[in-house]
Amino acid sequence: MKKYLFKRIIMSAITLWAIITITFFLMHSIPGNPFRKEGKMPQVVYENLQKKYGLDKPLPEQYIIYLKNLLKGDFGDSMKSKVETVNDMIRRGFPVSAYLGLEALFIALIFGPALGALAALYQNKFPDYISMIIAIIGISVPSFIMGTILIQFVAKNVSWIPIGGWGEFKHTFLPAVALSLMPLAYMARLMRSSMLEILGQDYIKTAKSKGLSKSIVILKHAIRNAVLPIISVLGTLISNLLVGSFVIEKIFGIPGLGKFFVQSINNRDYTLIMGTTIFYAIILIVLLLLVDIAYIFIDPRIRLTKEGR
Amino acid sequence: MKRSFIVIMSLLLVIALLITGCVPKGGDEVKEPTDTPSTDSSATPPSESKKEAKILRTNNGSEPGSLDPALAQGTHESWVLDHTFEGLMKIDPDLKVVPGMAEEYMISDDSLTYTFTLRDDIKWSNGDSVTAHDFEFAWKRALDPELASDYAHQLYYIKGGEAYNTGEGTVDDVLVKALDDKTLEVTLEAPTAYFLELTAFYTLYPVNKKVVESDPDWAKNASTHVSNGPFTLTEWEHNATIKIRKNENYYDSASVKLDGVDFDIIDDENTTWQKYEGGDYDFLTPLPQAVVAQMKDNNNPELIIGAEVGTYYYNLNSKVKPFNNIKVRRGLSMTLDRQTIVDKIAQGGQIAAEGVVPFGLPDENGKEYRDAVGKLVEYNVEEGKKLFLEGLAEEGMKIEDFKNIVILYNTSEAHKKIAQAAQEMWRVNLGIEIQLENVDFQVKLDREKAGDYHISRAGWIGDYMDPITFIELWESNSSFNDAKYNSPEYDQLVKIAKTSPDPNERFDAMRKAEQIVMEDMPIVPVYFYTQPYAQKSYVTGVYKPLVNYPKLTYADINK
Repeated sequence: MKKYLFKRIIMSAITLWAIITITFFLMHSIPGNPFRKEGKMPQVVYENLQKKYGLDKPLPEQYIIYLKNLLKGDFGDSMKSKVETVNDMIRRGFPVSAYLGLEALFIALIFGPALGALAALYQNKFPDYISMIIAIIGISVPSFIMGTILIQFVAKNVSWIPIGGWGEFKHTFLPAVALSLMPLAYMARLMRSSMLEILGQDYIKTAKSKGLSKSIVILKHAIRNAVLPIISVLGTLISNLLVGSFVIEKIFGIPGLGKFFVQSINNRDYTLIMGTTIFYAIILIVLLLLVDIAYIFIDPRIRLTKEGR
Repeated sequence: MKRSFIVIMSLLLVIALLITGCVPKGGDEVKEPTDTPSTDSSATPPSESKKEAKILRTNNGSEPGSLDPALAQGTHESWVLDHTFEGLMKIDPDLKVVPGMAEEYMISDDSLTYTFTLRDDIKWSNGDSVTAHDFEFAWKRALDPELASDYAHQLYYIKGGEAYNTGEGTVDDVLVKALDDKTLEVTLEAPTAYFLELTAFYTLYPVNKKVVESDPDWAKNASTHVSNGPFTLTEWEHNATIKIRKNENYYDSASVKLDGVDFDIIDDENTTWQKYEGGDYDFLTPLPQAVVAQMKDNNNPELIIGAEVGTYYYNLNSKVKPFNNIKVRRGLSMTLDRQTIVDKIAQGGQIAAEGVVPFGLPDENGKEYRDAVGKLVEYNVEEGKKLFLEGLAEEGMKIEDFKNIVILYNTSEAHKKIAQAAQEMWRVNLGIEIQLENVDFQVKLDREKAGDYHISRAGWIGDYMDPITFIELWESNSSFNDAKYNSPEYDQLVKIAKTSPDPNERFDAMRKAEQIVMEDMPIVPVYFYTQPYAQKSYVTGVYKPLVNYPKLTYADINK
């Protein structure tokens, strides 16, 4: 177990380094420059700016400097904002996005698996159709349409729900719903298929023939096993939700981290591109690791195979 | 039961680890996420303060990159700065340039030396007096190459300014000097007719010398921000809200009726429009294009088409065949139906371009500049086609060769529609099949600078109310001359217009220059910009200086 963990952590570090390196060089290879302005900026001023942010140095040198700063935990100055450093932006934006993401995750975790289980138990009956319609809508309607629809039909008609902005709990309600639909639908579908598979297993029949009540069979034997695939996708899902969504944050005017992912690229704000990418990579890698560990505890079969090696 | 307990616990563990464990190394302790909304709400009681205080609510399209006047770059910064700072001169509700921080000024006979005398009762928001030293300090600071201000060139008119900024001169050679606390003497490189107005531009706003010297980060937080305008910055929650409140130290505070302005920072135009409609805002700009068109159709009284001085145009790269040929360029211009573009496509009250200088700028007699110069572009398909074909033949090219010609524009729905219209008009009128290519804004700028394009979309918004702000763009070594236009005669006229102290001579030169550039057609002007905005019926007193965002200083809410 310890050895396995150690190996995983080393692998994670290598993955992270690869991500940093690839992003760094890819980013510098796309055309465009953070300091070009549609204006009468004299060449000298442009060169001053390049110099100030170290862009006049050869690329490998910039890379080494960047890595050095990164080891100190310094993501550098944003090339667009003269007010906040990249660390500031992440420190401020992440809690906002994470708060919204957790709220969405909460909604998705409550309703997603429940809908899926319901659909499986009433396969090809009315509850199945209803929950699968919800799932299909959730997966196929893009969040910018869902966000706009929610604003147009909910926020404009319900006086206590604000149209956009940030500050109080009421501001989080609609964006969290819009954000949760996709993972909710995804979980519902996953739960339905794994539940259907498990309901056909022999041990369920055994449990039933032992004369256990239907609810005990479902709760104790079926759901517990059916929920495993959901846990395996949680790592990616949670990290996506935590760092925020560009579209949702733009539509609802939320000061989160999600916006920076797209804006930084449009602005060629190199330090912010790196900062957001690395931050997201760290979250994703850590979560995947945690999910794997959680899996070992939950599913004895995995533990056995791992230990058997 | 024990196992399901483990399932739930591990899920919770994953979530809990996440909140506590994943902060970047350099980060301080992250606030508990649940804290964010509650602290925000305690600091934001909009509904309570609304009743007693007159707070105008609106939206500032994006997060300012800085609220330090020397470092500001665009309207999302200047809109806040224009309300929190004031220069030597200001633009009053009649759109006249009148003394602001200055009480009076004297101009020497050679038009080179300006001596400003400051008002007696002017104070910074922290109570310090605004002195001439603050101005001297602020201007030299903006010119400091170390600061790398984007807009430093607005101070190149001052003798020694350009040399200092470009590293060729020293700070001591910059001829702006505080003779005493109340007197500022400025010597210019050459007579500059619009210098007074320039002092109302944000790069030339003063900063508090004491504050800036003691705290380099003064402009990053509302608590340390010090300004001298009608309002002061009281709250700045990054990417969320900016609040400014009436500055009781402002000399004219008796005329300021608002108690403050609350700016949201939301960049989605549709969302902000919904908020305006839902009553969350009293004032809003910019508006979604479709909304402007609809409001115009309904004659909605809340819509105001604000005047703007800006020109939307296409660069024709004269270094690339066949755009080196004047006849080809003129032919393209003559076959572009600008009226249809503004009426059917842009739909924001824009005006079909009649030259490169937009309407609204006064000439030497205080009359509309365009009246004397007249309409310099025409829509004439027959003549245009003839010219175009002649030019093409001179270059040894055929209509089919246009298959490889591309209109470059930065990704945006509005630019795309206009480019498609131009593509279609030229297809119908000239029989050429031009391609379209959209790229990121930063890429477009890079390619324009490198001359790597055929036709590119561009626009220019004037910095001050003088036609030279447009005319100078196509001087051969102007940094914005992406069409690579080169005409010695034109350069000469620009020089006269920039340096002559005689208004008649200046304006004659500018009219001549515009005629020349529209004769040679290195660019195809499309339309003159407008700035539509919406204000609720109870809002009064907002005015729109031509080169600024609407001014809310003397606005009032009559509910």
